[in-house]
Order: sequence, then structure tokens, then C-alpha cells
Amino acid sequence: MELTRRGAIALGAGVAATLVLPIRAMASADAAIAEFTGGAEMGEGGLEFITPEIAENGNTVPIEVRAPGATAIAVFATGNPTPKVATFNFGPLAGAQRASTRIRLAGTQDVVAVAKMADGSFVRASNNVKVTIGGCGG
Amino acid sequence: MMTTSLKTMICTAAMLTLGAGAAAAQTDEKLVVNGETEITTQAPAPAHLDGALDTIYSGWEFRSPATREVQMDDFDNPGMIFVDQARQVWNTADGSEGKSCASCHDDPAQSMKGVRAVYPKWNEDAQEVRTLEMQINDCRTNRMGAEAWGYTDKGMTSMVALISLQSRGMPVNVAIDGPAQSTWEKGKELYYTRTGQLELSCANCHEDHYGDMIRADHLSQGQINGFPVYRLKNAKLNAVHSRFKGCVRDTRAETYKPGSPEFVALELYVASRGNGLDVEAPSVRN
Amino acid sequence: MAEGVRARVKVPGNATAGESVVIKTLISHPMESGQRKDSDGNIIPRSIIHRFVCDFNGQNVIDVKMEPAISTNPYFEFEATIPESGDMHFTWYDDDGSVYEKTETVTVG
Repeated sequence: MELTRRGAIALGAGVAATLVLPIRAMASADAAIAEFTGGAEMGEGGLEFITPEIAENGNTVPIEVRAPGATAIAVFATGNPTPKVATFNFGPLAGAQRASTRIRLAGTQDVVAVAKMADGSFVRASNNVKVTIGGCGG
Repeated sequence: MMTTSLKTMICTAAMLTLGAGAAAAQTDEKLVVNGETEITTQAPAPAHLDGALDTIYSGWEFRSPATREVQMDDFDNPGMIFVDQARQVWNTADGSEGKSCASCHDDPAQSMKGVRAVYPKWNEDAQEVRTLEMQINDCRTNRMGAEAWGYTDKGMTSMVALISLQSRGMPVNVAIDGPAQSTWEKGKELYYTRTGQLELSCANCHEDHYGDMIRADHLSQGQINGFPVYRLKNAKLNAVHSRFKGCVRDTRAETYKPGSPEFVALELYVASRGNGLDVEAPSVRN
Repeated sequence: MAEGVRARVKVPGNATAGESVVIKTLISHPMESGQRKDSDGNIIPRSIIHRFVCDFNGQNVIDVKMEPAISTNPYFEFEATIPESGDMHFTWYDDDGSVYEKTETVTVG
């Protein structure tokens, strides 16, 4: 049996996507993160990043960030055409350093949250979100 | 052989990936809105289905936990912002008669309670089955002296959502006998008629294959008790006839127009397949 | 100004002094990303709300820089400390220069 034409195209496209696109997107995500951190080293821990494992629709994906003691938390979608999503700056009357919102994801990808702590250090958390393709265009 | 096994491997991997996290069809979870309004999302099929389905399920049952949750709190539900907009319109005079909806119907919480549950409904004066949209435009043109709204315009769908909300938690109970019967039968015929290049009827997907995967999605029974529905996909309220149009288009057919006699008949029939499920509007789907 | 923008905010009317309360906000806005094309293939220009601020009695609770990746009809949930009775003020800044505002009163006692 031979590989069908459609299979070959799909396979070819898949290989191209894994080899080319993420690398380019990741580079611009790294630049966006560096802009937020000033290039500082990022640690881990103390930052909770809640995302769905699977999003039924990439247009509206619920996320939550939580980092006690942080002054700001930025979120990046590494696979989006522009990776910046939002920066939450917490004021003196923030009841907790946490926020939830809904975001757009162009496809299955890693989303990254970076928190700036009160002492000026940075911590990072990353989650993979699978974005499924709906059944009907309806 | 190498290529075949490679392809099989890729296909299997893809199916596993998609299958693993997709919403389980039909949930045991209960839909309770704002911690107080219990909504019936499963019910015995109405008698007229004659065994075609045993149990009827709201589309809510087929969605992922994250999507289901958005509908459980009116503040999380973005559809409610359009209900708010409609509430303002309800109280605002429009047209040559200087009347608003409120001039005749006062507070929708009282005057519109239970209305959605029995629509589409036979109108004796007009000698036709009418949808809520038709009735709203009748009010606008004949009572208010205002311009009719487009059948699936944002303002219209928001107003339908405001009216439908007043029946939330009440069972759908549209009449299919008496003068409505011939329209209902026409709708039933449309439901089972294959259309388009794909030659699919409503029943092929929503009766024969509900719960099965269509790409990465679970097919629902196509119940309309939740309409208008806020879709995460297009981030707005969607009217029943817009959904019908989308479905028929997906069979690669020329579609009927929203508000056409065909879609009115289909709406009555599809609504009757959900007799016993509670009104959910505005619901949230993907 | 984007057409018919409407905001909803959920703020408890009462709190005890120093209590942290949950705030939810939702505003109707297309959040046009600047990535989409119209039927003629032309890019639809970006038009988003790019900043959201919540203050209580003039002191900041949260200040969010928003990018086009925020979904249509932006939603936020966060917490605010209520030191005394006063006004919670919400402001959304649109790319087109429009500013949408809302104020809710919280009573401590």
C-alpha cells in the first residue's frame, strides 16, 4: 500500500510545522519575555498558572495566574503571531496577586506566565494547551 | 509497509491526542445557574419521537467542563451583557407611536415568564405559526410604528435572549397539534430530508450520531432549548435560524433564509424534540 | 468608539474593614486583533481596549496592559482589599481614544 496523496500532504505539512513555525514563534516569544524581565534569569516556583489542558475553542480560553508577593505577572502565548497576551500590575490595594481572564490561542502551544516578585526577581511557569478543531463551521 | 505503518501510527497518535481530552459525551454533572436555578438537561424523549430517541439531552451535556462552567454563573456568562443591552432597549421608546416594549408589557420578569417555553406558537389572528422574532417584529411594526429588525440582527437576538431568560428553568412545551400540526409536519419532513452535496439530513448527525466525534468535537442532539446561545467561537449571541443556516450550509446546500417559512417550521419541529428539557437561554457553547 | 460598548462589574456592596473581596468585570468589545482580513483580503485594522484599571478611593488595585490576544468581550476576575467605605472605580482605555468608566460603592460597617 502507498501513502495517499492527502496523507503525504498532511505529513509534509506536519513536519514543516514542527520544524519551522514554533522556532520562529518561540524566538519572538523569548524576545517578548526578555522585554518584560530585562533579560534577567527566571526561577521556578511561587507562581501558579492555571490553564485548561484542552480548549474547545481557541477564541476563548480561560486562564488564571496567581503569585503571592508578585508586583506584576505577564502572560505570553508562544505560538501566537504576537506572543504578548497581558501584563497584570498589582497595586497596593490588590487583595491577592491573582487574576483570571480569557485569551485567544492560534493553535496548540505552550503558554508562559512570568511573575516579577517584590525583590525584583522573576519566576516562570509554562503550560501546554491543546486547541481542538471544532466539528462544524456552523 | 513502512509507509502504511507510519501513516497508521500518525493517525492513531492524532486520535489519541484528540480523544484524550475532548469532552465526554453526556455528563453526570447537574446544571445549576448562580447556585440556585436548577436546569433539566436530560429528560425522557417526548412521545411523538416514537422511540427514535429514548432520552433527550441538552447540548450543554456534550461540552467540556470549562465551557459548561461558564454557563453556571450569570456573571461569567458573556451572553448576559447582551441581555443587559436588550433590557435598556426594552425600556426605550421607538417608532411613531412613542412606545417602548415596557409601555405594554411592563416588567419582562412578569409579562414574559413562560413565553419562550411555548414558542414557536400558533397565532390565531395571523393564522400562522410564529417565532419570537416574528412576534417581536409584529409588535415593532404594528404597535410601535417602528422599523422591523433584521431576523438575526444583534438587537433582535439580544431581545430574544432577554425574553427567553424569563423562562429559564421552565420546561420547553411547544404545541404540535391542532392548527400548528401541519407546520410541525412540514418541519419534521425537513428534519429527515437529506440536503446538499454531502446528502445529510439533520437526523443523520443529531439523531443517528449524537455523542460521536465529528473531528475533535462531540455531536449533540441539536436541541435548541439553550438558544440564543453565546458561542466561544464567534463571541456573540447566535439565533436558532443562524445555526440552522450554518448546519445546512455545512451539508453544502443552498440554505433557506432565516425567518423563512421552512426554518420556522423546522424550528417548531426541533423545539418539539426538546419538549421536557428546560429553557437555558442564554446558554454557552463552543 | 466601538459601537454600544457596555460594561458589567460585580462588586459586593458591603465588606468588613481590610477584607479582600472578589471583583469580576466584563465589557462588550470586539477586540479586533489586526490579524484578520475582510472578504476582499484587506487587513481589518487593530482596534482593541489596551488597558484596564481598577482603583479604590484613588489607590490602585490592578492595572492591566492588554494585547490583541485578549478575547472579545474582555473578562477579568481579581481581588481587592477594602480598607474603608468608598468608591471602586473601573476604567477601560480604547485604542480609538474612548474611555469607558464605571463606579461602584462599597460600604464598610
